[in-house]
Amino acid sequence: MTGFAALLARDLRLVWRRPGDVMVVLAFFVVATVLFPLGIGPETNLLARIAAGVLWCAALFASLLSLDRLFATDYEDGALDLLLLAPWPLELAVLAKCLAHWIVTGLPLAMLAPLMGVVFGLSGEGLGALCLTLLVGTPTLSLVGGLAAALTLGARRGGALLALLALPLCVPTLIFGAAAVEAVAMGDGFVTHLAILGALALMALATLPWAIAAALRQAGE
Amino acid sequence: MATLHFLANPARFRRFSQRVLPALSAVTALALAVGLYLALVQSPPDYQQGETVRIMFVHVPSAWLAMAGYALLAALGAALLVWRHPLAALMARAAAPVGAVFAAVCLLTGALWGRPMWGTYWVWDARLTSMLLLFFLYLGHIALSRAYDDPERGDRAAAILALVGAINLPVIKFSVDWWNTLHQPASVMKLGGPSIHPAILTPLLVMALALLLLYVTLVLLRTETEIDRRRLDAAELAA
Amino acid sequence: MKPASLDVTGLSCRRGGRPVFEGLSFGLAGGELLALTGRNGSGKTTLLRALALLVTTVTGEIRWQGEDVVLDRETWRRQIGWLGHLDGLKGDLGVRENLAIAARLRGEAPDRIDQALAAFELEPLARREVRTLSAGQRRRVALARVASTHAPLWLLDEPLNALDAPSQAALRTTLGRHLAAGGLVIAATHAPIDLAGARILELGR
Repeated sequence: MTGFAALLARDLRLVWRRPGDVMVVLAFFVVATVLFPLGIGPETNLLARIAAGVLWCAALFASLLSLDRLFATDYEDGALDLLLLAPWPLELAVLAKCLAHWIVTGLPLAMLAPLMGVVFGLSGEGLGALCLTLLVGTPTLSLVGGLAAALTLGARRGGALLALLALPLCVPTLIFGAAAVEAVAMGDGFVTHLAILGALALMALATLPWAIAAALRQAGE
Repeated sequence: MATLHFLANPARFRRFSQRVLPALSAVTALALAVGLYLALVQSPPDYQQGETVRIMFVHVPSAWLAMAGYALLAALGAALLVWRHPLAALMARAAAPVGAVFAAVCLLTGALWGRPMWGTYWVWDARLTSMLLLFFLYLGHIALSRAYDDPERGDRAAAILALVGAINLPVIKFSVDWWNTLHQPASVMKLGGPSIHPAILTPLLVMALALLLLYVTLVLLRTETEIDRRRLDAAELAA
Repeated sequence: MKPASLDVTGLSCRRGGRPVFEGLSFGLAGGELLALTGRNGSGKTTLLRALALLVTTVTGEIRWQGEDVVLDRETWRRQIGWLGHLDGLKGDLGVRENLAIAARLRGEAPDRIDQALAAFELEPLARREVRTLSAGQRRRVALARVASTHAPLWLLDEPLNALDAPSQAALRTTLGRHLAAGGLVIAATHAPIDLAGARILELGR
């Protein structure tokens, strides 16, 4: 576990040294969501109806945007070799890096999204549901995006390709996340949605670290 | 010659496919002719949908083949990652665009069918939406396998993607179905099921067989091309 | 503890359908250095990566103290101090910080860092961020990282690159000390390594 903790601490410290990178992602999220009222019109009822979908999509894009650097910096400066050669499972290293990514993007996005929800006229319960579903759903996005980032290491057209690979795999999380917020707006509960989001996250946790580790190994060849 | 040694296995495959392909192409053409005759001429028009029901004879088998094709990609991916079988990589490279084309045909015929049926080219029907996502998965596979200067890296990356995609496909399908019932309660049409009339079932199955043969022919042919291309690259490197 | 020994038999590697090296065999015991020489593209880097199991080989066996290393990869990785052609340093972290984190990533105590920094005359730079250093200084930091590990086998890719004469001397001293302590070194190099008892394996013929 010392290696896991050391890697997590290293990645968080690296982000801490350059807070701008995270700020840009959060700023993108805010700007992207604000564009929707400007494009669609300021009608409150309509905005409240599409709020869940818009905020979830924007969170998805924002978290993908930050992912292309997840393994790329280690790949470019040679630190990836040191991870591949560390005397503990690469799958744990993958988890540490994805956890670090989630702490610096998924977590702040989940905190920030209710603020944007207010702008869209979501109710109090809706805001709570948005925050909770993002908390449970964004780890899946970090893992799926991590796989796409690992697969596109050293590829031509990395960034756009990453999105093409990750987005279809993110659809289930998007559907249940946005539907939960909508269900609350209609006055229904969202426990089922949350449970399914949790199940999706667990499934990602059970399968993707191995796939990401395999992708990193073949990138090291 | 030692350089080309690793192609020994693909070379054997190539000899096999060259022997099989002419006969297979002939059978495919025959099956397509019979299938199209049954589908377009022999089978009766539907009492509700009229002549447009004939789109189904291409639409439904295309959907089956697009799904089966992705399963094949996943199986080939496993063969490449576990046994490092060089032929599996070449075949996956050859099969992905063919599967994508079948998915696209399914989407296009679905849109053409939708116009007279629903009065619009596109509705967010659960099956069509799932097929659209499958099409995107195909696109990702094709783009990834061709995104590297070293084709073998692209092969292995795409193999991992195909496996993850195949595991996630049922989940995607389930969530799209769920999303669809949530937003659009009335089912627009019902296809399949035991109630299907034999007058329609027979041409449907013949067309499915014909398109399956077409799929196999195209994949074999394209695999041959991939083998030749890889062999050319190897020869160029050795020169 | 058994004396360290490395035995490589019949190692072959292919990339892009082309053999990089074929049927390579050599042995190395504690206190020995093997210099890999050969033209560009002769497979020096690939051999180092194959020894570290970063690249899969087609045939061949790597035995460490008589055991096939594939059977217990994590133990094998513990034996390896790695210097790739990239430095593997984080530009936003300080020199000492880089070494300390590398030690913790290997699950080792950071007790040899001071000694390694001293060996490469890096103490004045210990708190500097790596991105502010020159290429030669970075290479010294990367070498100090290898020297600060507890690994008996050092795999070094072009260790003399970008080093000035005093740093090269420092490297030779460090290598000599590692060998004297029973360590093993395999180094891919263009320039002659000029160390007593160095054996040479020429690739690409």
